[in-house]
Amino acid sequence: MNIVVCIKQVPDTTEIKINPATGTLIRDGVPSIINPDDKAGLELALRMKDLHDAHVTVITMGPPQADNALREALAMGVDDAIHLTDRKFAGADTLATSHALAGALRNLTFDLIITGRQAIDGDTAQVGPQIAEHLDIAQVSYLRKLDYDGKRTFTIERSIEDGYEILETEAPCLVTVLSDAFQARYMTVKGIMEAYAKEVKVWGFNEIEVKEEDLGLKGSPTKVHKAFSRGVKAAGELYELDTDEAVGTIISKLKEKFII
Amino acid sequence: MNFHLTKEQALFEQMIRSFAEKEVKPLAAEVDEQERFPEETVAKMARVGLLGIPVPSELGGAGGNNVMYAQAVEELSVACATTGVIVSAHTSLCIAPILESGTPEQKKKYIPRLASGEWLGAFGLTEPNAGTDASAQQTTAVEDGDNFIINGSKIFITNAEYAHVYIIFAMTDKSQGVKGITAFIIEKGTPGFSFGKKEKKMGIRGSATSELIFENCVIPRENMLGKVGKGFGIAMKTLDGGRIGIAAQALGIAQGALNETVKYIKERKQFGKPLSAFQNTQFQIADMQTRISAARMLVRSAAFKKDQGEKFSADAAMAKLYAAEVAMEVASKAIQLHGGYGYTREYPVERMLRDAKITEIYEGTSEVQKMVIAANLLK
Ligand SMILES: Cc1cc2nc3c(=O)[nH]c(=O)nc-3n(C[C@H](O)[C@H](O)[C@H](O)COP(=O)(O)OP(=O)(O)OC[C@H]3O[C@@H](n4cnc5c(N)ncnc54)[C@H](O)[C@@H]3O)c2cc1C
Ligand SMILES: Cc1cc2nc3c(=O)[nH]c(=O)nc-3n(C[C@H](O)[C@H](O)[C@H](O)COP(=O)(O)OP(=O)(O)OC[C@H]3O[C@@H](n4cnc5c(N)ncnc54)[C@H](O)[C@@H]3O)c2cc1C
Repeated sequence: MNIVVCIKQVPDTTEIKINPATGTLIRDGVPSIINPDDKAGLELALRMKDLHDAHVTVITMGPPQADNALREALAMGVDDAIHLTDRKFAGADTLATSHALAGALRNLTFDLIITGRQAIDGDTAQVGPQIAEHLDIAQVSYLRKLDYDGKRTFTIERSIEDGYEILETEAPCLVTVLSDAFQARYMTVKGIMEAYAKEVKVWGFNEIEVKEEDLGLKGSPTKVHKAFSRGVKAAGELYELDTDEAVGTIISKLKEKFII
Repeated sequence: MNFHLTKEQALFEQMIRSFAEKEVKPLAAEVDEQERFPEETVAKMARVGLLGIPVPSELGGAGGNNVMYAQAVEELSVACATTGVIVSAHTSLCIAPILESGTPEQKKKYIPRLASGEWLGAFGLTEPNAGTDASAQQTTAVEDGDNFIINGSKIFITNAEYAHVYIIFAMTDKSQGVKGITAFIIEKGTPGFSFGKKEKKMGIRGSATSELIFENCVIPRENMLGKVGKGFGIAMKTLDGGRIGIAAQALGIAQGALNETVKYIKERKQFGKPLSAFQNTQFQIADMQTRISAARMLVRSAAFKKDQGEKFSADAAMAKLYAAEVAMEVASKAIQLHGGYGYTREYPVERMLRDAKITEIYEGTSEVQKMVIAANLLK
């Protein structure tokens, strides 16, 4: 079985600060990490490798420093890595990103494509489903459990708001994975030593099957209207009262604010 | 001159920090309080390759280097010094002498299982009457055909009954003095080899420290490490390398204490301000950080020289001497800046000061490090 995992290098948003004057993210000095959902996706792929001897390829589209994310994936145990990078990809929104990734995927054989549900910086959750549409294959989003019959059939648990669904689908298919579904393994020391000895294939526009107008800024219909940071709410007040007093307090507070 | 980590070392730093933070730190207070050897952590470390870092991959190791080994012991010790010394004793005191002085057969038999963490290693040099003066060995090994018969005892042995392989020193010829000491590889379960008293300690309380007892313990000649009479040299060379590990442990303790302090002084308010607003507090942490960075330079440069195959004995001694002093000073200041809270077990700095003390004692006391450094100057 061949698995391809799409990973995105993202700024560690737990350490990110917002410039109060401009409302934009301050990315300087913020460490880059593999998007958490994608790390869970890597873990899922590596478990399939352990159980079913799957061959795992990891792919990312990003600037030169995204190489680090690929080395980390190699050190965790994936077999091959592909880095999509080209000036022509720059300025891509989700649609252009998914076109580029789909173009690269057309060069590969796969039974299963794994993406994260969403990236913690872009947060759209669109790239995975878009790739599946471009490739015209089945997709299952929000995967939390995967079983494989060893032939062609996947049985998948898919999280929904108040429970889960069980679906069955055939290879090839694309799944999007939730970060808390699979606790990612650590890189091993040996894996780290070997990660830089392995070759990362670097592909640009010429190496993939995609139309130039679908890429980069040209292929990106999304226009950012305005970026702003959500206002910080004041800390709430906590009252511990019995029911009658509580009702009275709420009413007087609402009156105070002229809500009622 | 290049002060940067290699790409591999930088990636490793990312991995070991997250491992120490998530797997080691949560257990640190508990293993100290209960004097419990963290076996589950050892199993986890084995899985990710932390028990065979500077071991060639042909022998089942990670194929890493001594700088990475020092990074590992440092970061583990930031979280828990007990865990740091388990790795240090195993790697520097058991794997290293077999790698350096073992026969091909010995390496094949022991290294893969030690490097994978299937077996843990230990080192027994110290005896009740042979501490700093390690040449005064009273344990004896008497040749008997193809065997040696070992009698005597070793004290304060780290990893104790949790180890499987022990590097043991014994007198094969008392008349020869230091030239009469020979090293052996002894496995747990060998008849005549048992464990004595377990020490109750001030710090690194999760680390097991016990007496080893040998009563007519028969060891085949093929388990002799190096040649007859060459044991003392092996011991000294082993300790040279081990000092890098202990220096890294001390460095980690100091860094851990500073990390806790920086966090605390930003939160704790007195006189209407966080403690971090007082200039005295700022000057304290500036001094702490400066010394820690200096200690790190010494540790990394000793490890780097060892990796390059250069002489590193005095460098390792300076690293250990200085890092141990820094650990004591920084941990003590950390408690001071925490005030009364720092003196209680509610906060980890109390444990860190207790843990720091041992780094001035084992693998050569600070006085011994000074002897090594001075001897190097005067030769
Ligand atoms: C107008 C516009 C311009 C932009 N310009 C840039 C730019 O110049 N540079 C830039 O870096 N970003 C840019 N972005 C953001 C970037 O296009 C999106 O972050 C990206 O398309 C992914 O979308 P997302 O983060 O919402 O991912 P989601 O759709 O939330 O991600 C879902 C999953 O898709 C996969 N995935 C997403 N992105 C990648 C990738 N690059 N490689 C491999 N797998 C991936 C991952 O598995 C991920 O978990 C721009 C966005 C807009 C709207
Ligand atoms: C927790 C722990 C773990 C240990 N683990 C191991 C282990 O795994 N394997 C092992 O073999 N040993 C181990 N040791 C032993 C340790 O290495 C010795 O305790 C140490 O070398 C000091 O020996 P000693 O305790 O006999 O002290 P002593 O040699 O009695 O020294 C007492 C004091 O006298 C000073 N002194 C001694 N001689 C001189 C001199 N000539 N000039 C100036 N000052 C001098 C010393 O520096 C020290 O301050 C461990 C000890 C402890 C406490």
